[in-house]
Amino acid sequence: MDLTAFLIQVLNGVQYGFLLFLVASGLTLIFGIMGIINLAHGAFFMIGAYLAYSLTALVGNFFIAVVVGLFAMVAIGYLIERFAISFLYRRDHLYQVLLTYGLILVFNELQKIIWGTDFHSVPVPALLAGSVPLGSTQSYPIYRFFISLVCLAIAAGMYLVIARTRLGMMIRAGAWDREVVQTLGINIGRLFAIVFSLGAALAAFAGMIGAPVSSVYPGMGDQVLIISFVVVVIGGIGSVKGAFIGAMLIGLGDTFGKVLVPNLASFVVYALMAAVLLWRPQGLFGRGT
Amino acid sequence: MSAGSGTLRQSRAIAGLLGLAVLGFAIFPWLGGEYYIDLLIKVMILGIFAMSLDLLIGYTGLISFGHAAFFGLTGYVLVMVTPEAGSISVWLALPACLIAAALVAVVIGWMSIRTSGIYFIMLTLALAQMLYYFFNDSTRYGGSDGTFIASRPSVSIGSLRLLDLSDRITLYYVVLASLVGTFVLLLVLLRAPFGQVIQAIRANEARTRALGFAVQNYKLASFVIAGALAGFAGFLEATHTGIISPAHLSWHESGMVMIMVILGGMGTLYGAVLGAFILVFLQEFLQDMTEHWQLAMGLVIIVVVLVLPKGVAGMIKRLESTLGNRHKARVSAVEAGDG
Repeated sequence: MDLTAFLIQVLNGVQYGFLLFLVASGLTLIFGIMGIINLAHGAFFMIGAYLAYSLTALVGNFFIAVVVGLFAMVAIGYLIERFAISFLYRRDHLYQVLLTYGLILVFNELQKIIWGTDFHSVPVPALLAGSVPLGSTQSYPIYRFFISLVCLAIAAGMYLVIARTRLGMMIRAGAWDREVVQTLGINIGRLFAIVFSLGAALAAFAGMIGAPVSSVYPGMGDQVLIISFVVVVIGGIGSVKGAFIGAMLIGLGDTFGKVLVPNLASFVVYALMAAVLLWRPQGLFGRGT
Repeated sequence: MSAGSGTLRQSRAIAGLLGLAVLGFAIFPWLGGEYYIDLLIKVMILGIFAMSLDLLIGYTGLISFGHAAFFGLTGYVLVMVTPEAGSISVWLALPACLIAAALVAVVIGWMSIRTSGIYFIMLTLALAQMLYYFFNDSTRYGGSDGTFIASRPSVSIGSLRLLDLSDRITLYYVVLASLVGTFVLLLVLLRAPFGQVIQAIRANEARTRALGFAVQNYKLASFVIAGALAGFAGFLEATHTGIISPAHLSWHESGMVMIMVILGGMGTLYGAVLGAFILVFLQEFLQDMTEHWQLAMGLVIIVVVLVLPKGVAGMIKRLESTLGNRHKARVSAVEAGDG
């Protein structure tokens, strides 16, 4: 592998890692703050991708489609939190797993009813269609740079919100000790609804912005869900920083795995997870189990 | 725990019902057509699978979300040991499958039980998916399409052929015997000191540890037993259908078996079989009605979680105790009237 090819793989890995981070950070926050294991999080990613596909075709502009889709997803997330998830706060993880598993079946089937089982693609927006030459013979698509930059901006924004704002303070406090936060007079129900809706929107955003570089297909959410679990477990449940490191590790690991050991690519990711957990069972930034 | 005599009467009633159910299963092949015989074989196999998970969820308190790993694994082991021409003896194939399932359960269990709660759920899921991708990506065993098993294992002693597992009725009774055998085995195991300890772990892990029990070892042992039994169910499944594909070890399968346990009522064993029965027939029913049966299935699951937290077995128990209380109330009312 020469240097340019290596660089391209690094860029791909980082870009994939960023998308995983958007999904995994929501997952880890929803668990850390609400104590909910949300299997339907992958479905939000899938819905995002399909919304990008349909809305782009409808309004003719990818960016408007993304904005409209985001609002739709916040609303969907809010409704799911109110009418399903909110009944589970005091119950065993087992029931959370089951209910959200039921949600997956519902979403996957609705997807088939609405969009069918064909693979679709979303065109790269004309504004970002070109590519940047790398080295003398190769080039790299601008749109992929764009994905990484946007995700980086979101990650930075999330850091600022969590570290500097009042909402962020509540989120940090909620992750630390739910009951005390409640005792201090913070409306925990509203906080949960906000966290869940934003988490859903983040996952959907990853699906939307990633749609032009991968196809849009049934079951795409399931795969992302499992990989995001791996990311969350590696990073430590409840830790956004951990989710970031974990996502980069898995993004790069998966990309280089596909190049170096194509037959065992999906295996590499899990081997990475196993290695990290042997070393630290609670994940890199976990606070114990 | 309710009053002693009530519990005794209840468990006698349940034992009576179970006896009737086994009898019903035993005479069914004289009544039903081939299609339903196949369906009941499926129910019984999934019943064994679900009971093995109930040992973890309902008795040890370990929420494994990767139980299908063992169920699917033994199908592949059967493919590996079956020669292209001729068949393998069940006396070789079955131990090979069980040992393989147990060994993998030792590895997955050892890694997972070091954690608890949500980590345990995610870890068992991820490790099972690792196995799924291993078979999904390997071209040797048909990739994502799966592969056929060349021939059913033969059951013979010396040159004497005892049973023909490719015969539907024979297999039906073999599976029925396996179901009853597994049930009795688990019942004995749960009454034994080992079973008492794992149930204590579920009730209060810290206290059990304080009493001096090596909690982790007990958990691992329970995980391995459950894995081997799930592998046994997978062996029967592969023998029944003659095909194996990665779908058998996917997390959808793990989710479905978990739903069987909850639907029937966890921590009852027979509830797991009941759950398998309900789910298989519900699926048949929904599939006949609409091609979008998964949508209905998802809604059913959501409703069960929200409305029936203790499953059907819990509902029966509740119904029974309500009726019992009414009876008692009537008796005491009559007695009061006499006095």
